[in-house]
Order: sequence, then C-alpha cells, then structure tokens
Amino acid sequence: MLDKIIIEQLETVAGKKNVLTSKVDMVAYSYDATADLPRQSPDIVVFPTSAEMVQDIVNLARRHKIAIYPRGAGTNLSGGAVPLKKGIVLSFQKMDQILEVDAANLTAVVQPGVIIAALNAAVAPHGLIYPPDPGTVATATMGGSAAENSGGLRGLKYGVTKNYIMGMEVVLANGEKVRFGGKTVKNVTAYDFSNLFVGSEGTLGIITELTTKLIPAPKYRRTMMGIFKTLTDAGNAVAGIIAAHVIPATLEIMDRMTIRTVEDFAHIGLPVHAEALLLIEVDGMSEDLVHTEAEAVMQVVKDNNGDLKTAETDQERDQLWLARRNALPALASLNNTVVLEDATVPRSRITDMLIACEAIGKKYNLTLGTFGHAGDGNLHPTILCDKHNLEEIERVHQAVDEIFKVALSFGGTLSGEHGIGVAKMKYLGDELGQSGLNLMRSIKESLDPEFILNPGKMVPVREN
Amino acid sequence: MTSTEKTKVGPVRKTYHDDLAIVREELDKCMKCGNCMSVCPVYGAEKLETSVTRSKIAVAEAVLDGELELDDPEVYDMLFNCLVCKSCMTGCPTKVDFGRIIVALRAALVRKNGLPWLKKMIFSTMKHPKLFDAGLRIGAAMQSLAFKSDKGGKAISPRSPFALVGGGIGFDAERQMPALNITPLRERVPEVVNADNAWLKVAFFTGDSLNYFYPDAGMDLIEVLTANNIEIHIPKAQNCCGVPVLVHGDIETVRTLARNNIDTFDKTGCEYLITGCGSCGGAWQHDYTDILAADPVYAPRAEYWAKRTYDISTFLTRVITLRPPKGRVERVVTYHDSCHLKKSMKVFAEPREILKSIPGITFKEMSAPDACCGSGGSYVLSHYETSSIIGRKKIDDINRTKADTVSVGCPACMMQLLDNVHRGGAEQDVVHYISLLAESYRKEKDGQGSA
Repeated sequence: MLDKIIIEQLETVAGKKNVLTSKVDMVAYSYDATADLPRQSPDIVVFPTSAEMVQDIVNLARRHKIAIYPRGAGTNLSGGAVPLKKGIVLSFQKMDQILEVDAANLTAVVQPGVIIAALNAAVAPHGLIYPPDPGTVATATMGGSAAENSGGLRGLKYGVTKNYIMGMEVVLANGEKVRFGGKTVKNVTAYDFSNLFVGSEGTLGIITELTTKLIPAPKYRRTMMGIFKTLTDAGNAVAGIIAAHVIPATLEIMDRMTIRTVEDFAHIGLPVHAEALLLIEVDGMSEDLVHTEAEAVMQVVKDNNGDLKTAETDQERDQLWLARRNALPALASLNNTVVLEDATVPRSRITDMLIACEAIGKKYNLTLGTFGHAGDGNLHPTILCDKHNLEEIERVHQAVDEIFKVALSFGGTLSGEHGIGVAKMKYLGDELGQSGLNLMRSIKESLDPEFILNPGKMVPVREN
Repeated sequence: MTSTEKTKVGPVRKTYHDDLAIVREELDKCMKCGNCMSVCPVYGAEKLETSVTRSKIAVAEAVLDGELELDDPEVYDMLFNCLVCKSCMTGCPTKVDFGRIIVALRAALVRKNGLPWLKKMIFSTMKHPKLFDAGLRIGAAMQSLAFKSDKGGKAISPRSPFALVGGGIGFDAERQMPALNITPLRERVPEVVNADNAWLKVAFFTGDSLNYFYPDAGMDLIEVLTANNIEIHIPKAQNCCGVPVLVHGDIETVRTLARNNIDTFDKTGCEYLITGCGSCGGAWQHDYTDILAADPVYAPRAEYWAKRTYDISTFLTRVITLRPPKGRVERVVTYHDSCHLKKSMKVFAEPREILKSIPGITFKEMSAPDACCGSGGSYVLSHYETSSIIGRKKIDDINRTKADTVSVGCPACMMQLLDNVHRGGAEQDVVHYISLLAESYRKEKDGQGSA
C-alpha cells in the first residue's frame, strides 16, 4: 500500500477525479492481454491530462522510489502493462486528442491515448492512412503501440510502427521533458531518439506526444488464396512471389492444424486436406500495376502446385479473409488458454520453421497450430492449453523454450511484434549475448538509474 | 434459503443462475484481449478499465478466488455499471457469453444479499433532479417505481423503467400511472382479434412496454397482421417477459414469470409467437430455455416456444410474404438497431427490408446503427450521466443522417431516443418501425397510393 500522504500528493497533482485507489479498480488494472501471467494489482491508477502532469507524477514517484507503469489500452501480449512491482499505473486514456492532421506534410500529431483506428478515421477524409495495423487497431492506443513497436498484417510492404514515428515528446525518469524529430522527412540531428523510444516498452521514458507519418491510401487491391498440398510448396511460393519482385501488402500463412480448426469452428468450406494456405493481397495506386502483380502472384502459386481462389468483389474478399480472421478465435476455442508466440525467422526459413513448430507440438504432446505473416517471416505458433493443468503448462514452457531456440538457430529473433516484456526476458541473452545485455543495461541505467519506469520488463532489476 | 427456492420442481439440477461456480468455465474463455473495449458503450463513455467487460470478468475471477467479496459495495457498483446490451459478445474472439456471466453474478449477489440495492437505486434516481426533466412519461414511471417499492411490495426494477412486475402478475396501469392517462393495449383489444379471410393464427406477446407505454405501436402491429389476414391471440393473462428482473438477478421471479407466460401461450393453440420488442423476443428465444434448463416440466415447453418466437419483422418477411405496402409515407427515415433485437434475436435485415419497401420513404443509414443508445432499461435511471453520453453519440449519428424519423424495434430504446432527440436532436419523430408500415397500409386504404 502506498503511504496515505503520497496518495494525497498524487491527488493534488492530478486532481482527485483522475486518481483511482479502490480494490476493485486495482484488479481492473492488474492484467493486460498476455496469457499465462499472474495478475498483479498496482497501488494506484493515475490518469494524467498533460505532459506537465506526467512530469510532476514522475518527480514525485522518483523521490519516493515508486514504480510507474505507462499504460494505453492494455492489449499487449508480453506483459508490458502489468504492474509487476506494484506502484503507479499511468493510464493515458484521458490524453486522447488528435492534435493535428497535416495533409500537406503527410503527418499527424497525436496524444498517446488516441486509438489507432480513430487516427485512421480522422485521416481517411484526406485520402490518407496510418498503415501499422496490429490485430488490436480498434482498441490499442498510439502510445502503447509505439512503446511496443507493434506490427501487423501489412508489415511486409508497409513496415511496422517504428517506420511511422517521426517525432516524440517524452518525459524522462529524471522528470525532464524532451522533444525530438518532427515533420521533416529527413532528420539526422543528434541520435535517432525515435528509434530508441519506439519499442522501449515504457522502460526508458514516458511518451506524451507523437508525430506520425501518413501515406496515401492505396486505391486498388486484389486478394487471392493459394491452397497447397505440402508446406514446401507453400514456402517456395512465398519465396517465388518475392523473387518475382512482388511485395504484397499481405502474405499470410496457415498450417494444416489451423486450417482444420478454422473449418470446424466457422464452416466456411476450407480445404481440410491442404497442408498450408496462403492469403495474398496486392495493392497500389494504379489498377494496371495491381493487375500485373496479381497475375504474377497467381502464376507463382500455380508453378508451385497450388490451387487458386481469387476475389472479384468485396464480398468475395471478405470470404477469403474469413479464414485468416478466424484463425486465432478458432484456435482459442479449443481450450481455456492461448499461448500466442511471435518467433520470427528470415523469410527463406519459413518452411523450416513451420515444420519445426509442428514437430515441437508433437514432441511435447501439445495442441499447437501455426499461422502468421509468412511474407515477413513473423509466425504465430499458438499453443492451446488448460491453465488449471500445471503439468501441461510445464510442457508448454518447455515447448516455448524450444521454439525460441529453433528460431534463433535459423537466424531469427525472439519477437517479431509482441515485444519482450516479462514473458521473454529470460531468452534475451540467447539472442544478444552478454555484451548485448550489458548494452541494454547501460542504456536503461543511464536513463532510469532507479528502475522506476516499468521495472521488471526488458532489463532485469538488479538485485542488491 | 428463500421460500421460492424450496418450491423448486423436481430434483435440484442447478443452472449457472443458481451457482456462480458454474460460470467458471465461461470466465476461463476470456483471454483479456480487450476487443470488448471497441464496442462496449459504457467503456466508450467512461474510458475506464472497470467499465469494460474483461475487467468484470477479472473481478468475477477475483471473487471466485476469494480475493474480493461479491457484496463489497465497490464490486456491486461495478457489476451494475453494465447495460447488458451484449455488444461485447458480438466481437469476442472466444465467444465468451457475458450475458450469462453478468446475470450469474447478479443472481449470486441477490442470493447473498437480497435486493437492497434496488431500493437504493430507485431512491438515488429520485434524488437526481435532471431526471425529472425527462418528461412526463419518465417522471410518471419513476414515481410508480418508487411508489411500488415504498409499499414494500415485491417490486422489481424493470428493463424498461416503466414495466413493473408485482409478485409474478401484471399490474393495474390505471393505478400505477395515472399521469399517463393511456389505456393499455391489452384493454383496448379482445383476446382474439379476427381478420378477414384469416388463413393463419398467431399469438402476440405484447410485453409491458408496448402494453403500457406504447399501446399505439402495439395497435399498429395488430393492424399490420390483420391487414395480412392473420388472426391474433392476445391473452390477457400474459405478464412481463422478465428480462428486467433477470438482469437484476432475481432468478426465481423470472422463473415464475416465464412459467406463467408459457402456460398462458400454451393455451392459445398458436404455433407462432410474435413480439415487437427485442428484449421480450430474446427472453422467449434464449432466456426461458436457459433459466428453465433444469426444470423437467417447463424446459421442453420453453424449447417449443423458443423455436416459434419471431420478431414481427422476421415473421412478415421470412415466415409469410407481407402484403406489399402501397400507401405513400413521405419521410426520411433512419433505423436504430436495438441491442437485444440485433445481438440477441439477430434481427437487423428484416426491419430495413420492410422500411425500404414502403413507398415514399427515403432510407438513410446512420453511422454505427447498432451502437447502444444507452437505455439499458433501468440503467438510464441508475447511471444517468453515462447513459446521456452514450445517448448523445447516438443522437449525433442520427442528426448527421438528416432523417426526420428515427425508427426502432424496441420500446425501451424508443423511450431513450425520445428523451434524447429533445435534448440534442432535431425533434425527430421516434417511432416503432411497424408503425410506418401501418401508416402505409392506412394511407392505401384512404386512397393515397403510390401510383
């Protein structure tokens, strides 16, 4: 429990109506969307309404060595928003204003609590989009997705969040407010701070404003599905599409287990004997170009023994997307706990990784389906398990260990888009080595020596 | 143990209504992904984690784990800050049946503490001065609510603020709501309304809101059916559907109401049961089978009626082919999807088909037509500020359509929208969609055809 005096000070700083302390409220801020993590209630939840208020709160927390956890909508998948060491949850849901849409410079300036979909709705009348599209666009906030460097289905062609953050205002652990970057396309002034704070998971500073890049909305698109009898054919098709110099907006894969589960769940007529499905969407500003790219993709699918389905209308497009949209819900329906990983490998190792995931599932006698973003090598091996069965959970942990080991052995990475948080901290050394861990610690300790910012995530708190 | 529990029929097989532990499996399904945040109207208005479904599930888990007490005032305040609109269930990836969870929680609360919060809620409403601006109807309804409660009768806070249920029977509208000065629907018509050349007979479950507050809309519904040569049975012994009571967790009372309604409609000999309210229809289609699942006598009969219950729009367009409307109705009309009509009964295409088939009507779809209007029956009374924010969004969407008429398929929404078009709207007409079809039939009769 926080000292009553500190609570009163926070109430003075933020205003009583922006502070929550009841037991029920604390339970409501004790989790995010990560599976297989214990809940932890914070001591207090504060809703700042300005950067200056954030500074005051940080100064107060630092003086009393109280941990602070910045929180957007709490939809992340690596435990980033769970207040592990108790303390203050700083919820940005009241800083939710779009401050500016600058169509001439293709930029927008937003507060961290703006929902991604709300930004897209605001820029749509200008014919623009903000491309990063994690599965949670309708709920996740700009601040949260920047802190987590969220990806999404369009990563292959359009990149991820870090490619769209041009500038920031950040409150540091020392209470200072710093602004960097801005509306210019080119900016090599000083260090590239944006890329330091994007993906820092709230451990280095607290984002209080973002300048984002926007792009013209593509006018045309074509959607196709390739159905394959072997994983190798599907993998070769992915490679073949890129080799044909087509960069699809979406290039998604589903394995046999996922296909069958989706079909059982949604009855949409999927080929249950197929080993893999590819969902492919090409888009662009010119109808001719999109047509040419679609033709090239279809040729590659055929060349790799794939059966084709194409969509001519929006309705048919929705039908093709239905399989992918149902992947997670269908798998999740199999049991009460969904361990959704995001191990990522170079595109050329997609087939190897899919085969490895299937083998790991079998080895540990687990229900495991894999789907994901084949085009960028970002797979989602998904394990369905019973959280009340501790023996099974232990096997899940072993399987996850092995999935990461394999991904790294293929030259991949621990996380393509979900982040490290609590869940993957223990594997960091395997990818970065001791020198990498030292570098992380140096950065963390120089910016936040007291470990008050989101402690217990990314960099282990030093025990002394 | 209450006396009603002792009189349970047959061997005691429990449903989740009787034992909170039974919903554990349902709670387990929740991944806390937070998709519910994008559709929960309360969260949209308040932007607090405690407003949204996944936190209520987390709190339920904490209760079952002994971490929180169910009757902690903070817990029950939170559990009652929900419209039971079921919006969260539409986009839930793991199909968590939150409708069941929230009812189970509230039922557990009632088992533990009785209904003390009811009185508290009604009187806190009385203290809210703004509510008394809400117009004659709401004022009168609230008066009657408080009145009934004050007498210590078995008053149940209703789904619509106006429907009151006394001890499992209907109530005397004249006595309860003198200010309204309206003759209830079921007193205006005989129990069997004949039609010329009748080729089919149906039973009409009026629900309390159509009976007491919108009897004109109820008359329109009857008129439409007779215009299609259908005989209508409107048994006087029918009572409230029970949804208002169900969402407040008083399960035994709902069971009594459901059994009485089933008995009453069994006697009509009809094979179709027609409703003009999504909550009533949803009760017959889903809730009765749920609450009576462990009742060996009534479960099969509830199943029988569940399969034979139709919203009037579905009946007119899917069961029969309605007589095409020919009279011109010169209106610009938009349509609000009532939560229980769309999310529980899955009715949304049919009313639009009917509206679009009426000559003279220009149909304008509003943005987010299925976003909750904020009524939630008694929610508008107990959480007036949040309800107003939700209602305001709805009215903004309505205003943007420039429609002069807002059509709805649920009386509780009509009441909420009526209040809100006065406050933030352009004084649009708020009507049951069936009234527009009736208007077209009447104009045709008067010779104002489309030709």
